[in-house]
Amino acid sequence: MKRIALISTLLAGALLIWGTRDFPSWGDPNAPASRHVSPTYIEGTVKDTSIPNAVTSVLGDYRGYDTMFETIVIFCAGIVVISVLRRPGA
Amino acid sequence: MDAILDEIIAKYNYWIYVVLMMIGFYAMIGKNNLVKKLLGMNIFQTAIILMFISSGVKKGGLIPIIDKQAALEQGVNSALINNPVPHVLMLTAIVVSVSVTGVALALMQRIHRRYGTLEENEILEKTQR
Amino acid sequence: MKKDYSLPQDRPIGPSLIIEVAVRTMIPFIQLFGLYVIAHGHLSPGGGFQGGVVLGASFILMAIAFDLKTSLRFFSLRANAMMASSGVFIYTGTGVLCALLGGLFLDYSAMDVLLALGPVEWRSMGVFIVELGVGLAVTAIMASLFWDLASGGDMEKGL
Repeated sequence: MKRIALISTLLAGALLIWGTRDFPSWGDPNAPASRHVSPTYIEGTVKDTSIPNAVTSVLGDYRGYDTMFETIVIFCAGIVVISVLRRPGA
Repeated sequence: MDAILDEIIAKYNYWIYVVLMMIGFYAMIGKNNLVKKLLGMNIFQTAIILMFISSGVKKGGLIPIIDKQAALEQGVNSALINNPVPHVLMLTAIVVSVSVTGVALALMQRIHRRYGTLEENEILEKTQR
Repeated sequence: MKKDYSLPQDRPIGPSLIIEVAVRTMIPFIQLFGLYVIAHGHLSPGGGFQGGVVLGASFILMAIAFDLKTSLRFFSLRANAMMASSGVFIYTGTGVLCALLGGLFLDYSAMDVLLALGPVEWRSMGVFIVELGVGLAVTAIMASLFWDLASGGDMEKGL
């Protein structure tokens, strides 16, 4: 069982490293991750929202919907642990 | 030889994170104890988070906290500031990782209470009897 | 979870003067730092999640250094549940309030009709209110997760 796990792990690692041939180089300012919507956020964060921290303005204002559901996720995790573990009489 | 060296220098950060990912993956499928599998999943998630954060760096970039006076007067050059979007997405990923770890540990306490052991092969024997 | 205290190395250490005095001095500063990180999400790295985890860690420190019952005396289970629910309620309530006042859901500049600060300033204020809600929810859930997992359900004996 451990040998099968080791062989499949090495195979998956080799496939992933072969797949990084298509990735952009580290630190490239023209990478696709930094080109489509990210300059809009960086340039609009002081003009439109007057928050100097770009991460907080994207988290709370431009993508506030995702943060709301994430708060609900951590609330649900707390509820699940309470309902699975708490026994009556405490 | 030169092409391989160029490739290594341009992408060695992804290779390091692939190695970390494979360590977590081996722990998830190769170990018998349930707590060790859970820790393998945690290592896997951490490797993914680091890989995304490292993909948003620009050469000579400053941190994504912008000087308010300079931005209102002159404007912001977005090629010199690191990308804030992967940081935002990875905050959600960290919170999801904590939630999944908490719920998994709670389920493991109930499994231990019911079967008396946390080894996967013993639990499978007990349920198939 | 039943523990076996027959061997001397398994018994808990018991009250120790150094740990009690040191932790009693440190906890207010940790909580103040947590509130600072929540409030300064606009100007420096920080925000709701980060500050909430630091604030929740102060209650976990109290449970580890003293007793689980001491930590429950300062932050009861009922207050914990109310704090978590009110955190989520503040976030969703702000969104519904913005929708009721004429804008879209979570469009903070629609709250300009309540207090005239300008739509750009209201976006900054809206993010602050929302981060406060997130901080409250994360604090309560961090402490509650630790209490449930460390004591196995009944809050008699912790770690």
